[in-house]
Amino acid sequence: MKSNTKYNYAGYLYILPWIIGFLLLQLVPLINSLWYSFTDFQLLGSPNFTGLANFKKIFSGDQTFIKSLNVTFIYVLIAVPLKIAFALFIAVILNQKIKGINLFRTLYYIPSILGGSVAVSVLWKYLFMNQGVVNNTLAVVGLPAIDWLGDPRYALGTVSMVTVWQFGSSMLLFLAGLKQIPVSLYEAARIDGAGRARIFWKITIPELSPIVLFNLIMQMINAFQDFTSAYVITQGGPLKSTYLYGLMLYDQGFKFFKMGYASALSWILFVIIMFFTSLTFRSSQSWVHYGDSK
Amino acid sequence: MTNKQIAGKAVSYAFLIILAYIMVYPLLWVVGASFKSNAEIFGNISLIPKEPVFGAFKAGWVGTGQYGFSTFMLNTFMLVVPTVFFTVFSATLIGYGFARFEFPFKRALFAIMLSTLMLPATVIIIPRYIFFRHLGWLDSYLPFIVPALLGCFPFFNFMMVQFIRGLPLEIDESGKLDGCNSFTILTRLLLPLCKSAMFSVIVFQFVWTWNDFLNVLIYISSVAKYPVALGLRMTMDISTEFDWNQIMAMSLVCILPPVLVFFGAQKYFVTGISTTGMKG
Repeated sequence: MKSNTKYNYAGYLYILPWIIGFLLLQLVPLINSLWYSFTDFQLLGSPNFTGLANFKKIFSGDQTFIKSLNVTFIYVLIAVPLKIAFALFIAVILNQKIKGINLFRTLYYIPSILGGSVAVSVLWKYLFMNQGVVNNTLAVVGLPAIDWLGDPRYALGTVSMVTVWQFGSSMLLFLAGLKQIPVSLYEAARIDGAGRARIFWKITIPELSPIVLFNLIMQMINAFQDFTSAYVITQGGPLKSTYLYGLMLYDQGFKFFKMGYASALSWILFVIIMFFTSLTFRSSQSWVHYGDSK
Repeated sequence: MTNKQIAGKAVSYAFLIILAYIMVYPLLWVVGASFKSNAEIFGNISLIPKEPVFGAFKAGWVGTGQYGFSTFMLNTFMLVVPTVFFTVFSATLIGYGFARFEFPFKRALFAIMLSTLMLPATVIIIPRYIFFRHLGWLDSYLPFIVPALLGCFPFFNFMMVQFIRGLPLEIDESGKLDGCNSFTILTRLLLPLCKSAMFSVIVFQFVWTWNDFLNVLIYISSVAKYPVALGLRMTMDISTEFDWNQIMAMSLVCILPPVLVFFGAQKYFVTGISTTGMKG
């Protein structure tokens, strides 16, 4: 851009929808939810300022909050790294000269299209029921049945599998990234006598690291807020073992209509997400490699 | 190829095939289960029913209550189609505005838009609900359609900005010489070139809105206005001791439209897919 660029104010006209939308449906709500979090707002009636009462209550006496936060951390810690590792692993395999790559790519991507829909959750519930296909298949191979959804030790893992199952979209990003790595890098490494594992760790991973970072952040933000599968498959149970933060927010806000309390909860989640996002960004300076090659 | 390489390839293929089977198994299973009796759904692990029963689709579609899936399906389209339409409409305008014009604070505004990509939806869901309630929009599809019109899906705006930036500026200049104004440059010259990007927006927004559950759960309360996501959950809740194959059949019916739209449109946005598959 030249410094003497002439301004064309018509540009504002085109982005006007977004400006209105941003102010009215994003910025004002963001401020409002912060305001509500310091009130006793109950939907009917008007909000009264109560200072830090909501936060005090959350941090001092709310057992559900602690439980839910715990469950959510474990969920994010299982689902996100597994999903990304899996996506990366499959992308690397597919990037070899594989025949029928299009077919495999498509088949692996289908679950991502279905997303966190109700239909998928319904399906999951039936597959993992006590008398469901998964247990029946285990029985055929002579393994004992597992109470996938009823046992608090396994329920969260079962719900997390829905998320991991949808690794397709991350995989596509990795595949696109792999195609961008210059062949000359690999050739040079091979001439130097580097083995496959060494090439993977010293070339593939560093070259893909910006995409890993991007995936990690977006998946993390989404996972902290996940709702549908836990709500439909287990309703947060058994013994609140799948009571994700999103479920708690829904219950407080839209079941009990404690809008003030729920807003406080949502801001705590917001701060947690921002904390982990910036932590990831900061750590990325030591492991993300931005090469000259695009 | 050496023997070792051949063995390596074989292992890769075996792995990919087994994985593909695991990935699509739940979907194959739901197809089979739609034609199984209750006893077979839980007794027979084979995908193919031994004694197929038909009629689950018809019975499930009609349902037991006042409203069946023809209502839910119609509702879903009434919700999804305008939402998708207005998303493409606003994203294209916004993309054009950011990509082709210089105006004060453009960089700052663009940075704000990018940062909203990371704004968690849960933090604004309550005030938005209260706002829409004040406007009397609860139990209508306006809480979905209006945000689409107002460009509240920064991901799509960003996609269109990037795409239009990639189009050569000479097009705009030749348009100016021919006497086009900025709007006719967009509609006559740039839009035809934006087809693949617009297709990506349409497909992804269709799929995401179709699958959306939390928002419809919050905003839509009367059964007469239920989209399929809520209809399906209701069917599941009221029929615990019911014909399971009907629920399976209806799950399949709910899954099919997004899958069909995705594969139907795939060839139009094949180049865009790798850069757009970021959500989910």
